[in-house]
Amino acid sequence: MATIGIPRALAYYIYFPFWKTYFEELGHEVIESSPTTRDILDKGIKDTVSDACIPIKVFHGHVEDLKNKVDYIFVPRLVSMRKFGDFGTETMCPKFLGLPDMLAASINDLSPVMEARLDLKKGKSELFKVYSELGKRLGADFLLICRAFRRASKIQKDYEQLLQRGIMPDMAMQEVLAGSYKKAALAGREREGANQQARIPKSGLGQAGSPSGDNPCSLAVVGYPYAIYDPYINVGLISALDQAGVRVYTQDMLSHRQLKSQAFKLDKDMFWYFSNRVVQGALYYMDVKPVEGMIHITAFACGPDSIVDKFLEIEAKRRGLPYMAIMIDEHTGEAGMQTRMEAFLDMLEYRRKKRES
Amino acid sequence: MKVSFPRMGYSHLAFRWLMEEVGLECIVPPEPNNETLDLGVRYSPEFACIPFKVLMGSYLQVAEMGADVIVTSGGCGPCRAGYYWVMHQKLLEEIGVKTKVIAFEDPMCGIWDFIRKLNLFRNAGGASIRHFVQAFKTAWEKVKAIDDMEILSYEVRPYEITKGDTSRALQLSLGLLDKAKDRKEVEEARQEGLKILKEVPQDINRDPLKVGIIGEIYVLLEPSINQYMQQMLGDMGVRAERSIYLSSYTRNNTFSQGEQDVRQAARPYLNETCIGGHGVNSIGETVLYARHGYDGVIQLAPFSCIPEIVARSILPRVSRDLDIPVLTFFLDEQTSRAGVETRLEAFIDLLEMRREKKRGIKSASLITLPTPRAKFDAAPKLVAADK
Ligand code: SF4
Ligand code: SF4
Repeated sequence: MATIGIPRALAYYIYFPFWKTYFEELGHEVIESSPTTRDILDKGIKDTVSDACIPIKVFHGHVEDLKNKVDYIFVPRLVSMRKFGDFGTETMCPKFLGLPDMLAASINDLSPVMEARLDLKKGKSELFKVYSELGKRLGADFLLICRAFRRASKIQKDYEQLLQRGIMPDMAMQEVLAGSYKKAALAGREREGANQQARIPKSGLGQAGSPSGDNPCSLAVVGYPYAIYDPYINVGLISALDQAGVRVYTQDMLSHRQLKSQAFKLDKDMFWYFSNRVVQGALYYMDVKPVEGMIHITAFACGPDSIVDKFLEIEAKRRGLPYMAIMIDEHTGEAGMQTRMEAFLDMLEYRRKKRES
Repeated sequence: MKVSFPRMGYSHLAFRWLMEEVGLECIVPPEPNNETLDLGVRYSPEFACIPFKVLMGSYLQVAEMGADVIVTSGGCGPCRAGYYWVMHQKLLEEIGVKTKVIAFEDPMCGIWDFIRKLNLFRNAGGASIRHFVQAFKTAWEKVKAIDDMEILSYEVRPYEITKGDTSRALQLSLGLLDKAKDRKEVEEARQEGLKILKEVPQDINRDPLKVGIIGEIYVLLEPSINQYMQQMLGDMGVRAERSIYLSSYTRNNTFSQGEQDVRQAARPYLNETCIGGHGVNSIGETVLYARHGYDGVIQLAPFSCIPEIVARSILPRVSRDLDIPVLTFFLDEQTSRAGVETRLEAFIDLLEMRREKKRGIKSASLITLPTPRAKFDAAPKLVAADK
């Protein structure tokens, strides 16, 4: 039995339930790094070149956090998650592609890194192939691997369903990993029911018309999972919005089908998995399930986002949807974020009042 | 139909010739200048990489000059370059400019689309298929000849006796080439041009440092964006070689797999064959330069360039392992010539010192240790350098 460490950063927010279940079923202990703190970020900054984006820095910090605490650190090389795009060449951001190598070059006395190259555009069986390979390396027999894989896939599916019901990742993870999926699903359904009532008629915002008291402001928050779900790097934006009584929608609350239904609006699909999800999710909230405003959380000097953000800005402008980009970097302060958020919400409130009168 | 295209180094000579040859009216973008940058920066996303901004600026300039269509290349990832044209088109629309951007995607990904677009241009110019194909072949020869001349000029420059001779010779040769009308003439012009360059008066006793330049293709190829770094190095008496030229780039990516070596060399440090842009090349080429005894490596990368940031993160390890200094420039619209020059000079001094030291050790061992002769092939040169 080994202890396997999983950094709480980047793809963690989407795939952790799978990883944890899989390794535990194989009989290993899984430890995730602690939630991001200043200390973790600082360590990450020290290990990376200054031009790297903050999520990459944070990732390095989390690896440092796990160092010497575990036998292996699991750092998958996520190349592609599916076959998609105009040429079927969708990948992850190039920084994901080079991630294990960046780690190896910048952190010296690293606990052995467990690598696995996931290039799922190759075909359906690829996922199992990679994980069974990994399992074999960990000394498990084939039957055990099959069982673990099946369990993990199931948990992952439950998890994604909870997300699509509108539950935030931290909650959803807790629920599926504690095995209380049913309860959570129920809670989710209730929430969805509430959404249904509060939902603005499809015919458009103009006729929403109901008093704002029990009709909370609906806001789409789009961005990469590691930017919107890590409360440290976005200085608690989501919970602040929650507290302000705003109903938050993210692209992860949409099913793959719903997302894909928006793809035709792009002249050319983006090349990156997470970016496609962001763009398609945003378009969905612009056209199919209208929200009152949209916030895009983006990282300073993020390559793909230079395109994604401009794209969303233009599309939102064409539709007259209030849009705000929030850029996160290592100096993002709570005060500044709070002010901008409040100003944005005030503006939405003002628009609403104007519409009603 | 007035057609324009992105400008990269000297390749515009070949492109302009090609378009005119097939009967299209061609607008050559001006060499990127301050106005280009200003325009580009104003209308581009803040974190777009510098090639995007420069192209944006130059598209606006050619639109102003009356271009109806801009021809460019597409791509299928994983880096942003293949998405440039979509964004450029969108931004032009937003500004209210009518110019259209037409991109040729990789023919491997969709041959019919490729042919359809080619045909569109052929019809617009009214050239016969035969003539069209001939013109392409000739233009391709021109691209290769331009690269050959440029490469030679960088070899000659550090030895030139009168500063500026090489640059003048290069202009002269390029002028000859520009006049060539078919493949035979191109070949003649090439020979003639190379001869002119070789005849530049040189002091062959010099022993210049050897430096390899690696990085992202656009900033490598467009001297106005890298502050004419390769020339600058030549003027400082350094033999600067770069690994990427348009002809070899296009050759490698559409026709053959000549990059195997580079990838192989990169593998121990970056175990992924393609991370977009020239990220893998940057690692692999550094390894190769180190193996071939170069004194140092300079990496040129656009600010926020994804693959080059990955490369930059890994290069310190390569540099340590193979004992070769690497200097990185992240270039953006604020990069100034003076700044580049100062950093370069410091780097060159460092390389100079290292070389002296290494040679000190070597020549010491030369005296004390009886070693097989072949190993000291470099020795006679050493003496020449010292005086
Ligand atoms: S998508 Fe952006 S934020 Fe994410 S790793 Fe790539 S550059 Fe960084
Ligand atoms: S390789 Fe660098 S410069 Fe080229 S498109 Fe990608 S990020 Fe931009």
